[in-house]
Amino acid sequence: MSLVTDHILSWITFLPLAGALVILLVMNRHAVLAFWTAMVVALADLALSLVLWFGYDPAPGTDQFTERVAWFLDGRVQYHLACDGISLVLVMLTTVLGPLIILSTRRALADRVPLFLSMYLMLQTAMIGTFLARDMLLFYVFWELMIIPMYFIIGIWGGKRRIYAAVKFFIFTMAGSVFMLVAILYCWFKAGSMDLATWLQLELTYSEQIWLFAAFALAFAIKVPIWPLHTWLPDAHVEAPTAGSVVLAGVLLKMGTYGLLRFAIPLFPEATVAAAPVMAILAVIGIIFGALVAWVQTDVKKLVAYSSVSHLGFVVLGLFSLTAQGAAGGVFQMLAHGLSTGGLFLLVGIIYERRHTREMAEFGGLAHGMPAFATIFMITTLASVGLPGLCGFVGEFMILLGTFGSTTLPHARLMTVLATTGVVLGAIYMLWMYQKVFLGALKVEKNRGLPDLSLREWVVLVPLVVFMFWLGVGPGLVLDKIEPSLQRVLAPLALEQYETPHETPQVEHHTLHIPDNVPADGHAEVVR
Amino acid sequence: MIETSLRWIVFVPLLGAAVNGLLNRRIPRRLAGLLGCATLVVSFLLSVRAVVRLAGLPAEERLLTDTVATWLSFGPLHVDIGFMLDPLSAVMILVVTGVGLLIHIYSLGYMSHDKGMARFFAYLNLFIFAMLTLVLGENLPMLFVGWEGVGLCSYLLISFWFNEDENANAGRKAFITNRVGDFGALLAMFLVGTTLLPHLGGGEGLFSFGVMKHHAHELTGIATAAALLLFLGVTGKSAQIPLYIWLPDAMAGPTPVSALIHAATMVTAGVYLMARMSFLFVLSPVAMGIVAGVGIATTVIAATIALSQTDIKKVLAYSTVSQLGYMVVACGIGAFAVGIFHVMTHAFFKALLFLGAGSVIHGMSDEQDMRIMGGLSKKMPITFATMLIGTIAIAGVFPLAGFFSKDEVLFEAFLGARGGFPWLWLLGFLAAGLTAFYMMRLMVLTFWGKSRASEEVQKHVHESPATMTMPLVILAILSVVGGWIGIPSAMGGGAWFQKWLAPVFASGHGDAHGGGHHGDPSLELTLAAASTAMALLSLGLGYYFYTRKPDLVAAARGWMGGLPNRVLTNKYYVDELYGKLIYRPLGWLADVVCFRWVDRGVIDGILVSGSAVVALLTGSLLRLLQNGMVRFYAWVFALGVTAFTVYLTFLG
Repeated sequence: MSLVTDHILSWITFLPLAGALVILLVMNRHAVLAFWTAMVVALADLALSLVLWFGYDPAPGTDQFTERVAWFLDGRVQYHLACDGISLVLVMLTTVLGPLIILSTRRALADRVPLFLSMYLMLQTAMIGTFLARDMLLFYVFWELMIIPMYFIIGIWGGKRRIYAAVKFFIFTMAGSVFMLVAILYCWFKAGSMDLATWLQLELTYSEQIWLFAAFALAFAIKVPIWPLHTWLPDAHVEAPTAGSVVLAGVLLKMGTYGLLRFAIPLFPEATVAAAPVMAILAVIGIIFGALVAWVQTDVKKLVAYSSVSHLGFVVLGLFSLTAQGAAGGVFQMLAHGLSTGGLFLLVGIIYERRHTREMAEFGGLAHGMPAFATIFMITTLASVGLPGLCGFVGEFMILLGTFGSTTLPHARLMTVLATTGVVLGAIYMLWMYQKVFLGALKVEKNRGLPDLSLREWVVLVPLVVFMFWLGVGPGLVLDKIEPSLQRVLAPLALEQYETPHETPQVEHHTLHIPDNVPADGHAEVVR
Repeated sequence: MIETSLRWIVFVPLLGAAVNGLLNRRIPRRLAGLLGCATLVVSFLLSVRAVVRLAGLPAEERLLTDTVATWLSFGPLHVDIGFMLDPLSAVMILVVTGVGLLIHIYSLGYMSHDKGMARFFAYLNLFIFAMLTLVLGENLPMLFVGWEGVGLCSYLLISFWFNEDENANAGRKAFITNRVGDFGALLAMFLVGTTLLPHLGGGEGLFSFGVMKHHAHELTGIATAAALLLFLGVTGKSAQIPLYIWLPDAMAGPTPVSALIHAATMVTAGVYLMARMSFLFVLSPVAMGIVAGVGIATTVIAATIALSQTDIKKVLAYSTVSQLGYMVVACGIGAFAVGIFHVMTHAFFKALLFLGAGSVIHGMSDEQDMRIMGGLSKKMPITFATMLIGTIAIAGVFPLAGFFSKDEVLFEAFLGARGGFPWLWLLGFLAAGLTAFYMMRLMVLTFWGKSRASEEVQKHVHESPATMTMPLVILAILSVVGGWIGIPSAMGGGAWFQKWLAPVFASGHGDAHGGGHHGDPSLELTLAAASTAMALLSLGLGYYFYTRKPDLVAAARGWMGGLPNRVLTNKYYVDELYGKLIYRPLGWLADVVCFRWVDRGVIDGILVSGSAVVALLTGSLLRLLQNGMVRFYAWVFALGVTAFTVYLTFLG
């Protein structure tokens, strides 16, 4: 057992890869066998990450379960995996979605199923590795490894324009990665090691920081994607098979925001403060632009894809609000978006399987014959538009509240006002889509007699719905895990320290949040 | 402050919603309805018990709390899932569960033929849950949970019969218009929250009403902005200018829904919010002035529109908008207790009128157009009698419920705690006349004269079953006596209602209003007499014109080439205006500018496709996909990673 517990992070990371190899090796022609193997592997991975979840001590917020082995160059490059609260919740998101994604392929895919499943499992290894790596080379390896399976998933199992979409995806992400690689090499020569902790101690000049930040941020911005680098996303989503879209929206997009939070912000704090207004403005544009463009789409999947641009704009805004609260909201929103948008893609996939179209005009009145499907779609829609009580609200609320109170971000209040319009716009396009698809009379003959959810579909969807409620009502589940870690990660920014009033009744410095027009009590000066 | 269990008042209806919602068509219709009603009975009894307990406490200590769990806790931000009962929420929960119960019972009859009965009761129970969360929530985010929750239920219930696009459109319009208001409410929350955060002491939850009230003096600098932002939310939920446009359309929902949500309870949430946040509003005379101004403008404009509507529910809808205006005016002049008083009495008589209208529609085979009604008084005597009482009550005739509350509003406007505003009184007084007039018009067109319906429909006209008439009778009684608990001292009453609420509003801000005990009693009596005279006169005129002088009515309709009539019938063309000024430009911005020009044109067209890299890479990447060697790549990929792992694990 200790072989497992001592190396639990490696197990969680590489178990899917092992599964992928087994599938490739022995059951290449046995779709059913491959499916169950993949399923068992994904469930085992989930079980392992539950061990991690309950074993993790959130209070110190430190890296835990560390595995650190010298790799080469006298240990200046290391195999270094570790898990803090932020990594923990994102790994959990990945492993929870894993079995659901695999299950969703059961009927949707006919062609080369074993190959697909092994691709997906490899992807899962790469994603988890990216969240856990604490050595920059190791991180970069995992980061690049993600592109390959995704490229094939879109390019082979995609729709009509899959080649275009796959190539576009590949070029966009590679283009960003190249800049990041240059930045990584620069830091490597500067620090003499690939160790993240060492890098955090680097003394960098302001202009070095700016350049390095720009290179990292570009790679991450493409992945998020931040406006105007987002145009690969709708194409990738529309063409990707359902499982591909789910993993793309559910986890892959979070790589960008995770990268910003884990690397770009703490490594280059002065550049972060300097760039925050630009990033925040782009985020706000993304929120509004994504929502507006989503509204005029006729393809349901494309609509959901553009809504991702809008929702991830909120995440980026939270991160660059330069407040712990905004950043926490950002992390929370990553999870919430993974659940709600991942769920939406699953739901769109369900209807696509039945009708082989996603054009809204082809639907209408589906709620008549598919009440259960319509209800779950409604709940997911509401989670997506941030109805309080569901997961979407908490993230948005904390992001906007944090941003509104930011003393470091210029024009924070104006940006919050603009971003809050996203709440209205979100309702506009989501309810519009819902009405077009589910309400009204059943006009199209082909939609008559469509079967409601099958047992398998119930099994896929119910866990998601449960988590949407759970995170909405009990966000402490996540917030308690990430709070101390966020403090540590954001420490280089030297934000004013706040203390919890519960613990220290007579607080002198509580305060990320001194509004400009209230006379400051002397402790309110902005600390860079 | 006493910790007690309030949660079941809220959670029992949620349970009902869950059971009915999950079982849906698998549960017999009748059982679904009874279950829905049963949860309301429980909730109502629990409410009564809690309020009795509250009343047993000394006036200044009337506060019961129930903290269920921590909701949001991050750094200094701490928000509980918690409920509190004070005199203000006590009034609200009694109205919500009491009137709610009657409307549930009514729905047993009204919806008995509908296949979606379980779904209907699930939504209705869910609504009660949300509404109770709204009024019992211990902090602003909890209130907001209820606030958005009732909005959702409103959406679901308006588009209940979603087969018709029109109903679905109306539901969506309601939700989105309300979201525009919520935009303001959210920003108000952020503003108040970030302002207060640095001043909190240990263990104080940021958005708790008690805490905010305690620190209200810190809010002086932002009071105007925060109050106006909150008020934007109020205009959404309580259907005031400029966001009232959704409420008339909301009549697309089943009539019990119109009675419960769009007359008696949800739409008064905005008034409740202002009363709950009165400590903020009283800090800003500017905001208060705007509130009063918007309120009175809404009162008058909606009343004029109601004059010309031909759909029986639309008349009542505009009447509701108009009456909500009175409540908003009351808040705007600092007479919060009076505003809540009118919330309560209005809940009685407007629920009565809507349910009566529902009874009529039920009897008339789903006909809503008053032009083809008439002569129903004999065939539907209970409906007729109870609606007549409702009409007299809303008109404000002494001594029915509407008289006391509306008259208090007008009196406070004339000589309020914040100084008099005679023009406010005058407009309110005239609108009261309009109210009596259009209500009488509604009654005459529906119940008097000869029937204008087809033979077929006439044959089927019948009085509604007891499940429907019983609530009508009870509400009629309440519409008569409901105002007696707030008879002002000038008329020899105890102003009991105002005294009950006084501790909530008298928070050390001298201008918050306590009870109707100031000013000159003779003045109050004079104004009251004038109001009653106005009501009786307008009722009489309405009766006279529509029964005896139809040619005069026709002449009025054709006055000035029919222009005024056309403007009123088309509701001042506000919907069209919003369409042209907001909706269409926004659509153009989204479609043409953002999507076609920027997204496809600039970003994709020039930056992406134009780049030479694409052309270069496309060929080689394409080959990867097309030469059938994908498995080979997968192998290389997987083996590479494995080799790397093995190397690390065993040799590193």
